[in-house]
Amino acid sequence: MLLSYLKIAWKVLLRRKFFTFISLFGISFTLMILLVVMALADHVVGPNMPEKRLNRMLFVNTIRQQMVDDHGWMNNPASIHFVDRYVRRMKTPEKVGVMSNIYNATAFTPGGLLPLDLRYTDGNFWQIMDFEFLGGRAFTGAEVDQVQHVCIVNEATARSYFGTTQVVGRTIEIDLKRYQIAGVVRNVSAVHIASYSDVWVPYTLSPSLTRDNRIGGEFMVVLLAPSTAEMPAMREEYRQMMRRVEIPNPREVRALFSYADPMLATFTRALHITRAVSGSDSQTLDDDNVGAFYLICTVLGLLFMLLPALNLVNLNVTRILERSSEIGVRKAFGATSRNLVGQFLVENVVLAVVGGLLGLALAAGALALLNDVHVVAYAQFSLSWRVFAWGLLLTLVFGLMSGVYPAWKMSRLNPVVALRGSGEQK
Amino acid sequence: MNSSTASATSTAAPLARPATWQPVIELRGIEKVYQTKTIETVALNHVNLIIHKGEFVSVMGPSGCGKSTLLSIMGLLDEPTAGVVEIEGRAMQSYSDRELAALRNHKIGFVFQSYHLINDLSVLDNVELPLLYRPGVNGRQRRELAHTALDKVGLSSRTTHFPSQLSGGQRQRVAIARALAGRPELILADEPTGNLDSVMGEEIMELLLTLNREEGTTIVMVTHDEHMARRTERLIRFFDGSQVS
Repeated sequence: MLLSYLKIAWKVLLRRKFFTFISLFGISFTLMILLVVMALADHVVGPNMPEKRLNRMLFVNTIRQQMVDDHGWMNNPASIHFVDRYVRRMKTPEKVGVMSNIYNATAFTPGGLLPLDLRYTDGNFWQIMDFEFLGGRAFTGAEVDQVQHVCIVNEATARSYFGTTQVVGRTIEIDLKRYQIAGVVRNVSAVHIASYSDVWVPYTLSPSLTRDNRIGGEFMVVLLAPSTAEMPAMREEYRQMMRRVEIPNPREVRALFSYADPMLATFTRALHITRAVSGSDSQTLDDDNVGAFYLICTVLGLLFMLLPALNLVNLNVTRILERSSEIGVRKAFGATSRNLVGQFLVENVVLAVVGGLLGLALAAGALALLNDVHVVAYAQFSLSWRVFAWGLLLTLVFGLMSGVYPAWKMSRLNPVVALRGSGEQK
Repeated sequence: MNSSTASATSTAAPLARPATWQPVIELRGIEKVYQTKTIETVALNHVNLIIHKGEFVSVMGPSGCGKSTLLSIMGLLDEPTAGVVEIEGRAMQSYSDRELAALRNHKIGFVFQSYHLINDLSVLDNVELPLLYRPGVNGRQRRELAHTALDKVGLSSRTTHFPSQLSGGQRQRVAIARALAGRPELILADEPTGNLDSVMGEEIMELLLTLNREEGTTIVMVTHDEHMARRTERLIRFFDGSQVS
């Protein structure tokens, strides 16, 4: 029966070319936009190189310090003191790595100045992240502790500075400091805020590195759980650990708040969604807002699909008259309402799948265009299998959204009236 | 059952019927009224009728006298306003929509004046249509039954054609093959020759007569053609929704 449905669905698509064009245009354009947005989102918060094991990673980007006497709040990354004294003593993480914010640096080449982004990291950072090495190796914890002047450069820096990527063991001069190149990695997209840079050097070389007992500093922290199953325990351990943190300057700071979050939550926690909804003036950001974020995205996505879906519903309903004879015949020969709903849903899903495939092709084209114009440094947006699967799901949702009502309406046609060629309902 | 009161007047020479002659469908006190806000139209008025297995009955009458409404009710496509349609000894009203669909599928085949073939489907696919809704019939069996039905109407060489590639007479033959494919007990034909010229109309009539005589298929045919009607074994006349002979 399904084969027969598919056959007639295909024939209907070919028979009404203008209708098919209008429908496919609406579906494919809508899905293209949604797929491009998803591909961008997947690129930012999805498990892509080098943040491949995102399902085992938690990030600590900020420590919020509530000042005394309503003097407001101060947000900083963590200090090495905080990381060493508290975070590295946690039991759940398999590894704890640190990375600084991005610093602007300059290298001199025969061709002129080469502006670079530079980041300070420890040895664990390289074991947690999965960089793709084109040559050489990561620097080690021992080299970091020994304050050695080694660095990792990305492919673009190696080519710009040396004209080749075969540069392991050579020396690069950045901000008048000389570093021996330990390894060359493939370029990392600038949207990967935890891992992106042009050059990575040991954090012990950072000029602003302090060893006092302040909590706020310059480092973000990444925690690697032994397995995905231990992520909640690791998150909870961090939460409990924060309660034990000793405030070094209680006359200035009343309380500290910090959270170890999965990648998406590091963005959503700062969105203040809950506060906006509840009207609460709490600044503690205790809710990571991931659930609310997903809900808002789903509602917006559905609303975005609703308009072309309604258009398709309208087109389909107006076509009932055109197909009333067929409906009447099928009913006369024993089709139940359920059979007819099934048939028309299959037709709509076929239309949506064709539109979805076109939408995928259009989205691939749009992403290729974005890649060509280099909107984001080193970003290579692509349609991964995850985005493809989401696209397929969206297509099916779209097909069902736009098909259920017309199918139900068609199945309710009175067969006698339908055979006379009028669209009167039962 | 008293067939002398239930059966309408026959103008053709009656055949000798065995005492156990089975009714296929029985209508008792059928009324059908179409009602709008301002007008009430009586389409059928107290119709009693029994169709027996193997009969070829024709229904005649002027346009609007209720012939097609009668056929719709006999075909379980429409419900009467009053009265009982009994099939297999059970009143139609006691069947669910799903059971009615199954009854139509198994017991009844329709032939329409304007053929009502699905233009997007080939001849073979059109003929297979009733079997599509029959549980337990697989694709191979559907093909076989459809081929057999097309053989009977002499169109086995046109299986891959589409309706638009056929003449009116050929289309009606396909429609008859579709009605036969599911091997129903009863074929309801609504003016099957109405859209055809006299030669083609004669061909179709011959085909229906052959099916009735050789296969024992029960046929009820609505027609405007007195000549065709007289060739069937029973003729029922309608006027203003009532049986008049």
